Amino acid sequence: MSEATAATAADLDWRSRIAALPPGALALRIAVAVVVVFVAVWVSYKAYGDPRQFVIVGLNGLTLAGLYFVVASGFTLIFGLMRVVNMAHGSLYMLAGFFAFELQERLTGGEATSAFGTSEAGVGDWIIPLVVACAAVGVIGLVMQQVFLRWNQGQDLRQALITIAISIIIADQSLAHFGGIAEAIAEPTVFPDSVSIFVYDLSYPFFRIFVLLVAIAVGLGLWAVIMRTRFGMIIRAGVDDRQMVSALGINIQLVFAAAFLLGAVLAGLGGVLGGTMISVDKANDTQYLLISLIVVIIGGMGSLAGAAIGALALGLVDSFGDVYLPAGYTNYSVLLVFALLVLVLAVRPLGLFGRPA
Amino acid sequence: MRPPALTLERALWWGPGLAAVLVLLFGPLLFSDFYLSAVITKALWLGIAAASLIFLAGYVGMVSLGQVALYGIAGFAMANLVTADGGSKVAWNPWLGTFAGVLICVGVGLFFGAIASRSYGIYFLMITLAFAVITYFFFAQVTELSGFGGVNNVERPDIVSNPVADPANLFYIALGLSAAVYLLIRYLGRTPFGLALQGVRDDPSRMRSLGYNVPLLRMLAFGLGALIAAVAGILSVWWNTRISPGSIALPQTLDVLVIAVIGGLYRLEGAWVGAIVFAVLDNWTRGLELVGERFNTVIGVVFLAIVLLSPGGLMGIWESVTDFVGRRFGGARPGPAAARAEEPAAAKDTPQPS
Repeated sequence: MSEATAATAADLDWRSRIAALPPGALALRIAVAVVVVFVAVWVSYKAYGDPRQFVIVGLNGLTLAGLYFVVASGFTLIFGLMRVVNMAHGSLYMLAGFFAFELQERLTGGEATSAFGTSEAGVGDWIIPLVVACAAVGVIGLVMQQVFLRWNQGQDLRQALITIAISIIIADQSLAHFGGIAEAIAEPTVFPDSVSIFVYDLSYPFFRIFVLLVAIAVGLGLWAVIMRTRFGMIIRAGVDDRQMVSALGINIQLVFAAAFLLGAVLAGLGGVLGGTMISVDKANDTQYLLISLIVVIIGGMGSLAGAAIGALALGLVDSFGDVYLPAGYTNYSVLLVFALLVLVLAVRPLGLFGRPA
Repeated sequence: MRPPALTLERALWWGPGLAAVLVLLFGPLLFSDFYLSAVITKALWLGIAAASLIFLAGYVGMVSLGQVALYGIAGFAMANLVTADGGSKVAWNPWLGTFAGVLICVGVGLFFGAIASRSYGIYFLMITLAFAVITYFFFAQVTELSGFGGVNNVERPDIVSNPVADPANLFYIALGLSAAVYLLIRYLGRTPFGLALQGVRDDPSRMRSLGYNVPLLRMLAFGLGALIAAVAGILSVWWNTRISPGSIALPQTLDVLVIAVIGGLYRLEGAWVGAIVFAVLDNWTRGLELVGERFNTVIGVVFLAIVLLSPGGLMGIWESVTDFVGRRFGGARPGPAAARAEEPAAAKDTPQPS
């Protein structure tokens, strides 16, 4: 008897929950479900037709997602702790790419990138630019926070406008110093060009897999720092109640500075990885600002897991959209990104893992 | 209600405005053809674009970065529907094309608004920015609509004539539309709809408990913002005689934000004040040896200075001046300006639904 009652209650609960939805919301959910099912069927159909292509395109999406995650995790870290939307995040990404490229040119005397594909760069010729570029961009981010943002805490629009102003200045100055031609950072020669992936005898560019591994390491590292260290404990406490943390005698300003530095360094790391994997270009700032925005809008601002899911969704949509759209329509692929954004926002306005502030 | 008395403060407030309107009315007589077209007319349509942002920010508390994308949608829609080099082969009558462009823009605006209107404050800003950049990439990729390097020689209605050889017509059209947009927004601010919007700006949860459909109001406001942005977009295509993806990219999106912030994000007049300052600065610095092509650095520094020193923009500064002079010399009691000046522009902009 009690079992029957429980079942009815659960049943009622399920039905009443549907009935309680406004008619628009129900229609919306059904529409979203239909779209998701349609996409799944279409992708399976294409994958069945050409499984080798599916594997390669899927790996492209995964490795792209790795790059997106590295960049967006810095963006979401800064927002999560300080409620600062760093509109100059894409600019930091771009700057790191340009710094690393310039430095590598000087280290190798221009040899490394003279011929695309045949890299002449030693390990140091890649690692040193990576470290220097990350450090430089980290310092720029730190100075930005200390000089311009620190005394505006709580005024999120004003802080966003300040970072927009800085991004305008960086964009113009880097155009003046680095020019508008797309370049690529050479990967170290010790890296093999491609590795076998043991499926259908396919091989895949090693560096892209390396980027994916770095992204996983960054994700695990951030998770460990935030969940397992005292610093991370302070960060989590600061997200929840900043004033209480400082009342407990913790120098929250130091934590803010460290988090901003770390966020900027992650943008820099992304810039060097992306500059090696794809290219260094003056349009990178717009592009990676958009990517950071979309990843955190989908995943939910300030959530690391959300950033991972968001990066995965965006990476896969980007790479499958370019290939799986019907021929003649592939240049509409950006609409898929828009559709992804609309689908998520329609159901969850705060993103998948978002919490109200 | 008794008519407002003429105080020193009021005179200082309205005097420069009236003077500016008078100067503009005789614009073609006072300025060279080049200056009229390249600076004044450009400032007028940029001002309309900024006004659509200020309407949303000031009246509804929605700081949108999607206004340039919306005006681009109106511009591209019109350019594709009328005779032009590049883009689609459709060749409608210019007026019909203009009307359809505005209509498409408002439709897209309502759709954007429906999605974004449930987000507030900085989230709304980010979502509209994402929309803006996606719109740019859409037109950059879909060359069926944007041609290769833009849609050129867009046919204009006869009344617009040639904006280079005979700039007066387009100038007066832009002036008339600026006035119409200004008066429309001022009028709307006093209607029940406008008052409800301002209620939503100040406290969405209270408005919801009063029975207002807050997301619907915000969506409609965004649609209205799209209508105003569409006017600016049409004017920009008439003025340029062309439109390209590069004219709605992120820098242009930020230009309109910069204009609105320099003028004053919470004063409607600020839209045109900021636009004039922007256009004059642009025209003037390009001739300077020191600046040359680095205009964007200059505008970035000016923008940074305004945001850091006076979040109310130039109108905020002028407001403080008139307020001070009025109290010091005119004996007027502190006006609403004083109260508004105390309120940091950015502090009140993020009403979060609870």
